[in-house]
This record gives sequence, structure tokens and C-alpha cells, in this order.
Amino acid sequence: MANRQERVHKITAPLRSMAQRFMFLFLLMSAVVILLFGKADPTVFERTRVAVIDTTAPVLEILSRPVATVAAFIKEIEQLAVLRGENAILRQENARLEVWQIRAQKFEEENVRLRDLLRYVPEPPATYVAARVVANSSGAFVRSLLVNAGSQDGIANGQAAVVGGNLIGRVAEVGQTSARILLMSDLNSRIPVLVAATRARAVLAGDNSPLQRLFYLSANAQVKRGDKVITSGHGGVFPAGLSIGIVTSIDQASVRVRPYVNWDFIEEVLLVDYESEVVSSALSDRYEQPVKLVGEKPTER
Amino acid sequence: MMNTVWQRLDVLARMLTPSLITGGLVILSVLPLHIPSYSSVVPSFALMSVFYWSLHRPDLLPAFTVFLVGILYDILTGGPMGVQACVLLGVYWVTGLQRQFLLGKSFLVVWWAFIMIAAAAEVLQWIIMSLIFATLIIPLSALFSFLQTAALYPLFARVFIRVQSTLPQVA
Repeated sequence: MANRQERVHKITAPLRSMAQRFMFLFLLMSAVVILLFGKADPTVFERTRVAVIDTTAPVLEILSRPVATVAAFIKEIEQLAVLRGENAILRQENARLEVWQIRAQKFEEENVRLRDLLRYVPEPPATYVAARVVANSSGAFVRSLLVNAGSQDGIANGQAAVVGGNLIGRVAEVGQTSARILLMSDLNSRIPVLVAATRARAVLAGDNSPLQRLFYLSANAQVKRGDKVITSGHGGVFPAGLSIGIVTSIDQASVRVRPYVNWDFIEEVLLVDYESEVVSSALSDRYEQPVKLVGEKPTER
Repeated sequence: MMNTVWQRLDVLARMLTPSLITGGLVILSVLPLHIPSYSSVVPSFALMSVFYWSLHRPDLLPAFTVFLVGILYDILTGGPMGVQACVLLGVYWVTGLQRQFLLGKSFLVVWWAFIMIAAAAEVLQWIIMSLIFATLIIPLSALFSFLQTAALYPLFARVFIRVQSTLPQVA
């Protein structure tokens, strides 16, 4: 009996190892094929990707909560230590801001009057969806976040992701209950921007480093260190005027921009729905009147 | 009867442990840990697991699991699909080749081998990524990620050794 088993083993062992080797080669080839197909057409695996993200997002969400709680707790302790000093600073800041508030109110009234005078078409109002970051899925080569809001919450590809009024990236993949945000530092990120002071147009591109580069800046554009960079709204996907960061270095090769937001600590993001149906219908209502007015003008004369 | 069913389930669960650990470590690597500059230099936990189990218990970590874990990693990080699968299968293969040599050697030798393999894996990944994006990617964060992976291996290996001691022996 034992002898027979041994004989069977003698025959099956090489077969087994061959099968294993074949399996390994097959898997490696599959990985390469997937890689090439994905490279040729990035949308090929989109459904699979989205399905996987949708199923893992709840798990990630559950797991990320205790981590966030611990992080918040540590932060709280750190803050306790500097509470007094911070309080004094905040009081000063508050006094300064109150002055600003008064000025802002004045400006706003003035703005409304001037817009009326000019018959200015206002920016369409945007709606915001707040989402929790469930995975900071950046690696050494990719920079992105997963959030717990998806198409059922009105999230769509290309929407701007904002933290504290500053742009951090755009929505790049949408599942039903989850979405991926491609951060500005990712290699694939290209954002149309303006240098706020001179209104010089450029494209902000990520290159996998903490600072982003300005591309397509016209040769005679005046840019200096400390200039603010904002979204230009060109391309119509992002609202114009979202702040992004400041120019930190200028040399022959490149102009570099440091983003305002440090994405290591992001817990929630706002996703800006700039073109949803509700908004666009409101938009057409708004557009109608000024357009009419412009049309009526010649007849008035 | 009841007992044997439970025993079988128990054995099955133990057999699956290396695969589950590897998958779990992928999840761990994308959790937002709120540590400064951590996210861009996350060590490759999955690589440690694939190396360890394909060295010590290759029978419990089939190539197919390695493939799946790689795909999962690519999807969760949003990278091009297949890259991590290629890299991890490469690690699996090379470790298998060195298995006879490494088994029974001191931990330092194994660690050294791991460092070599992890470095090769990072370089391979950098090459694939640079080809895909048709640009020379700044390799700084890949370097830091590799250093972390290399430095943290002994810690993870200790946990893996603990787990391994609870696993049933080869049938």
C-alpha cells in the first residue's frame, strides 16, 4: 500500500511542479497583458476597478475610523499644550478679521451695484458634497485619495476636490458609493491655472514631487516668487478662482508651485459640483435675463 | 463528527492565513494614518509578506493569490493595473529560486536577501512606471519607500514567525 502511494507520488510530483510552473507563467503573462491593455485603453478595466473600490470602500471606512480617532486624539493633546498662546493669537486675528468683515460687506455691496451697472453674468453657483477620506492610497508612484461618496451622491468625473477653499485635485474614478480623487501632485494631473497677479495662463502639472510645475507659461509672462496661483476655469470643469498655492521657485527649467494644503492630514474633502442639472437649469434661468437685455439693447437705441 | 468538522474548518482557516495576511497588509498600506509625508513613502507591506511566505510556506501562498493581491493593490492605489501583480509575482519567483539556499540560514542572511529582492522590485516598478508614463519619474519617494520596507522587515518577520508557528505542517 505504502509502496503504491510512493509510486503514485513519484509520477505526480513532477507533473505537479510542472503545473505550478505553468500556472506561474500564465499568471505573469496575464499581468503583463492586463498592463498592456490598460495602457492602450485605460477605460478597459474601469468597471472592474470601480466594482473593487466600491466593495472595499466600506471595509476601509470602518478601518480608517479608529485610526482617525487616534490621530485626532494626538492632535488634541498637542493643541492643549499650545492653547493659551493660540488663544491670544486668535484674539488678535479676530480683531483684524472684524475690520475685514466690515470692509468685505462694503465691497460686496459695491460689487452688486457695479455688476448691475455692467450687467455682469454671475458665475454659476456650485453645490458641494462633503466626503470622508477612507484611504490615502498614494504610493511612491501614484497620488490619490479614496472618499466615501459616489455617483449616488452626485459625484462625477472631473469635479474639483477642495479642502478649506483650496483645490487639492479632481475626481478621477467614480463608483456608486466611493470615488477616487487624483491629487495635484500625481503624474497624470493637469490643471488649467492663472497666476493671480498677472492673469498669466498656465497648466499646473504634477510630477510625483511635493511641488507642482507650471507648464505652457508664455515666455513674456511675469511671474515672481510668492505669486498666488488659482484655477482659471478654462475647460469649464473647475470653477474659476479656487486657490491652489504659491510660486516658490523659478529657474531656467521650471516654475514650481507649493500647494496650500498638506494632504497628509486630510480627513474630509468638499467635492464641487459645478455643472449638475439642478445648477445648470438655475444657470439657464440666470443667463436668460442678461442675454435678453443684451438683445434688447439695439432696439432701445 | 461535529468535532472533526470544526477541526477541518480550523485547519482551513489556518491554511488561508498567509493569503489573508497578505491581502490585509494591502488594505493596511492604503489606510490614512495621518503621519506627515507618510503617504508618499508607504513601505510595501505586501512585498514583505509575499517574500516571507514564499520562502517559508510556499504551499500556503499560491501564485494565484499573489496575482490577486497585486491587482487589488493596483486598484486601491489607483495605479495602472498589472504593475504590482508583475512585481509581486517577480518577487515570488526569485524568492522561490533562492529558497534552497536561504532556508536554514541566519536571519541576517535572509534579511540581506530580502533587501536585495526589495531593491530589485522597486527598480523594476520604477522602470515599468516610467515606461508607462513615458517620463523619468523622480525616484525619491520610491527610494524612501524601499528604505522603509527594508528597515521594517525584521519587525514584520517576527510577527510572521509567530503566525507560522500556529500553522499546520505540510501534509
